[in-house]
Amino acid sequence: MNGAKLRQNIAFSVLGALTLMIVVPILLVILYVAINGAGSITWSFLTAAPRNGMKAGGIFPAIIGTILLVIGTMLFSLPLGVLSAIYLVEYAGDNLFTRMIKLSVVNLSGIPSIVYGLFGFTAFVLLLHLGTSILAGSLTLAIMSLPVIITASKEALESVPFTYREISLSLGATRWQTVRYCVLPYAIPGILTGTVLSLSRAAGETAPILFTVAAFYLPRLPRGVFDQVMALPYHLYVISTQVPNIPLSLSFATALVLIGLVFLMNLVSIILRAHYRKRRLW
Amino acid sequence: MPAETNESTIRTYVKPQALELGFHASMKRLWRKISEPIIELCIRLSGFVVVIFVFLIFLFLLRDSLSLFRHYPLAQFLFGRKWLPISDPPQFGVVPLLLGSVYVTLWAVFICVPLGVGSAMFIAEVAPKAIKNVLKSFVEILAAIPSVVLGFLGIIWLGPMLRNTFHLSTGMCGLTGSLLLAFMALPTIISISEDALTGVPRSYREAAYGLGATRWQTLWRVILPSASSGIVAAVMLGIGRVVGETMVVLMVTGNAPVVPTSILQPLRTLTATIAGEMGETVGGSEHYYALFGVGLVLFVITFAINLVADLFLRRARK
Repeated sequence: MNGAKLRQNIAFSVLGALTLMIVVPILLVILYVAINGAGSITWSFLTAAPRNGMKAGGIFPAIIGTILLVIGTMLFSLPLGVLSAIYLVEYAGDNLFTRMIKLSVVNLSGIPSIVYGLFGFTAFVLLLHLGTSILAGSLTLAIMSLPVIITASKEALESVPFTYREISLSLGATRWQTVRYCVLPYAIPGILTGTVLSLSRAAGETAPILFTVAAFYLPRLPRGVFDQVMALPYHLYVISTQVPNIPLSLSFATALVLIGLVFLMNLVSIILRAHYRKRRLW
Repeated sequence: MPAETNESTIRTYVKPQALELGFHASMKRLWRKISEPIIELCIRLSGFVVVIFVFLIFLFLLRDSLSLFRHYPLAQFLFGRKWLPISDPPQFGVVPLLLGSVYVTLWAVFICVPLGVGSAMFIAEVAPKAIKNVLKSFVEILAAIPSVVLGFLGIIWLGPMLRNTFHLSTGMCGLTGSLLLAFMALPTIISISEDALTGVPRSYREAAYGLGATRWQTLWRVILPSASSGIVAAVMLGIGRVVGETMVVLMVTGNAPVVPTSILQPLRTLTATIAGEMGETVGGSEHYYALFGVGLVLFVITFAINLVADLFLRRARK
């Protein structure tokens, strides 16, 4: 028995060490970026346009560009994602078509982001003549975000107790009325959490926007949805690989702002989740 | 006479309002009748649209790749060992890129599977509840870090470090990419493995404890085998992420489209080729279509990986 106990202690220590080998690098990465970037983040860095071939100035157009892209992505993917989740949970029967949708969601989530970029380029930029624009980029990012939103919304809808639907239907409500008044209100928190999470991922993505929207150097704000924009992740890519002699502090500060933005969105989703979990009725 | 005036005043006073009320009510009734079928149609269409997207993505990739194969033999694309898109005549052999992806992926998997499954076991079975929650939020933080940030750190930090430790001519090599990719695949592997481990029925544990097994014996001999389907699915999904990741490999693997012989060499993956060369091609050229061919190869690979992962996930749920 003592031998078994010893083996358990050794095994658990190994597992703990493996976990530590993940946690420590994460901490290091965050601290490294934070320490090196924090010094360069000033008010003017956040609110000024880049100057002198991006060697000086700020990243304001890139921040605005990323925010616009996130909003555009949400406008397209949220309604579509929620409606398809409603279809899957509330309407779909157990048939071939439903299985095809589920399989499509699985495969959509596995398609590499660069392939979305290719698709967005041929479909939106060229075929629909949207050009490299906010619209084309948002549509591309929206399709990429769809599977996450659908999965999250599906889980949220499924977690609403079945009795809610039974009571509503037994009172003579139609199927849509039941969904609208008795299921959706209770699923909204879960849907929002998933949506914010998927949008935070979209905000950090570079590959899908490479050919669909991102501007290399455009030190002004966009004039409309058919205009190009700079975006934070692409800007970081550009200044760390494409342009020589960019001060490292600028790259670090850009990385820190990008991480900060993404973490902020994650934080919102965590707070939403915690807030609504407390008020949960079942 | 006064009665008549009275009646007409009443009529003029009441009638428009009554009319409006009737109109309003009937519009409302009409709307209620129409809105429901409209919204249900939208719901059904949205379900359909998701399927359409997958088909469209496949079709667009296929269409543009076929434009290449009209001039360039398919066999030479699939089995050619040289990727020289701008030499004359150009060569579009996908083998070096495919092997680049395979090399980077295999090494990343060697690194991240033990780490990921091990820490999933720790989080699911060993850690006390408070630590468990902290660890889980760490995993979520890792999942949230944008890949371009990790690529940037690879360039200025990890690459030079590896160059000095292994005495390489450049730190921008396959291993740098593999390490970062392993890191990026961890959240997927950990969270799905952990779900699989915690999903093992309580009665299994109780039976093992009842027979006098220690917690470790129970975990190793009972829980891990029962969760194996879910863990395989987790690993497959992790592989899918690694194969499809673009920015990190574009930034740190050195961008050398040659058949790799060592992980310590610069190499180039399928994804990085598309991202790196698309901006320099002329629309409608052979090179342009060849990149769509590369995209199609990627699509097929990830499609297969996800299909297998889904199969294992479904088995795990049973």
